[in-house]
Amino acid sequence: MEKVIAGATIHVNEEGYLTDFSQWDKQIGTELAREADIDMTPRHWEVIAYLQGEFKNEVPLSIRKIGKSGVVDIKEFYQLFPMAPLKTASKIAGIPKPVSCI
Amino acid sequence: MKRMIILGAGTAGTMMANHLRHHLNKSEWEIDIIDEREEHHYQPGYLFLPFDMYEPEDITKPIRDFIPGGVNLLNEQIDRIVPQEQYVHMKNGDRLHYDILIIATGAKIAPEETEGMLGKEWQKSVFDFYTFEGSLALRNKLREWEGGKLVVHITEMPIKCPVAPLEFAFLADSYFKHKNLRDKVDITFVTPLSGAFTKPKATNALQHLLDEKHIKIESDFAIESIDNENKTIVDYGGRVVPFDLLVTVPTNKGDELIARSGMGDDLNYVPTHKATLQSKNWPNIFVLGDATDIAASKAGSVAHFEAEILTDNIMHYIAGEPLKEEFDGHANCFVETGNGKALLIDFNYTHEPVEGTFPFPGVGPLRLLKESRINHMGKLAFRWIYWNMLLKGTHIPFVSTTMQEAGKSFD
Repeated sequence: MEKVIAGATIHVNEEGYLTDFSQWDKQIGTELAREADIDMTPRHWEVIAYLQGEFKNEVPLSIRKIGKSGVVDIKEFYQLFPMAPLKTASKIAGIPKPVSCI
Repeated sequence: MKRMIILGAGTAGTMMANHLRHHLNKSEWEIDIIDEREEHHYQPGYLFLPFDMYEPEDITKPIRDFIPGGVNLLNEQIDRIVPQEQYVHMKNGDRLHYDILIIATGAKIAPEETEGMLGKEWQKSVFDFYTFEGSLALRNKLREWEGGKLVVHITEMPIKCPVAPLEFAFLADSYFKHKNLRDKVDITFVTPLSGAFTKPKATNALQHLLDEKHIKIESDFAIESIDNENKTIVDYGGRVVPFDLLVTVPTNKGDELIARSGMGDDLNYVPTHKATLQSKNWPNIFVLGDATDIAASKAGSVAHFEAEILTDNIMHYIAGEPLKEEFDGHANCFVETGNGKALLIDFNYTHEPVEGTFPFPGVGPLRLLKESRINHMGKLAFRWIYWNMLLKGTHIPFVSTTMQEAGKSFD
């Protein structure tokens, strides 16, 4: 479905995740963060940049991997993106919802 | 003479030994299978043992009984694999050269990964049911437990048999009802996932069952530690869930042997091509069952489907032919829902579990994603199938290796 945000039209799935990463920019990220009641700081953007890098390298993301990344520890990750940090941060980063293997 | 070595004589390794002895010429290929244990465990039985539905002898048999003639079973500890030299080093100092290696070393619990899990309450009020010892200790605890807060908990994904913790919660509801204790037991299901399961349609069906059975759910819970003094589990966001009895599924990891060999990811799973089951790094090494890093369920049914495809691919590899990219992530799991009922799910990498009929489209007799008694009978019958057909590599009639789309209600 289409969504108008920060003056642009983006494509998102039914859960609000961008379906085309090329449509993402920092203004859109800022607005998506605001919808989750998060005010972005430089520290937030560092984590988002790391997630986007891993996505481009096709590395599946997990809380464990992020905790061992050296970019942010799990405690701080929760402080930056409360409740469900990996899902919230992925949505702001414009990358797909992380898949947990079953 | 060439040598095929299989590491691990669990479900996956035993099936491969049976398939390959049948397919490989005895005058050309020696087959060795190595496992340090002497007993084969029917792991799905760990779910039933705590509730006195199975006895220990129902779920353990000697490994030797399932290894075919013409395959050497080595009951020894493995030190490490040296893939560059095509050797397996044993703890006793022996070195075994292989032409083809199959890794089927499985996954096991790693409670030491969570702070406080192996504290003073371990096996007193904190239990696992993913080991024989844990499951038996829990049975003894449940026999005398008089009620309180029961918390059923998943530490992190992936885990073996991802529906087992839910089944445990459903069976606990049924067990305490029969003991006339249900009003004294408060059951909470705590999961790192956003809902009861990972796939939307199955999550809806399972959430409905949780509501019906008055089982509370705490989702998106990433455990940081267990507080043994206050008997609580605490997540990284500061959420706290109190328990009187905690039944947890600890982090699952591949075997330490994989780490010692430098061949695994951060959870000791071996990087594996998801459709051919060939190792990503070594063309003469193949991986199946719980030991792989592929995004399929860690379950016996998956290992069974993988074993059929991997056998074909090993024959292609030996003949110098291209491998078939055939494995589709097919899984087929009975989900016990308590009170003598179960539901059945059938899915793969791309198709989530949906409603329908199985194995005959439109006929059944098993119903997908719906509770029924016949599904429960299917689950119980499966133990016989496991010991008598599955391990021996006999094809299960009417159940195809890749997932069938017929008989399913996709949108």
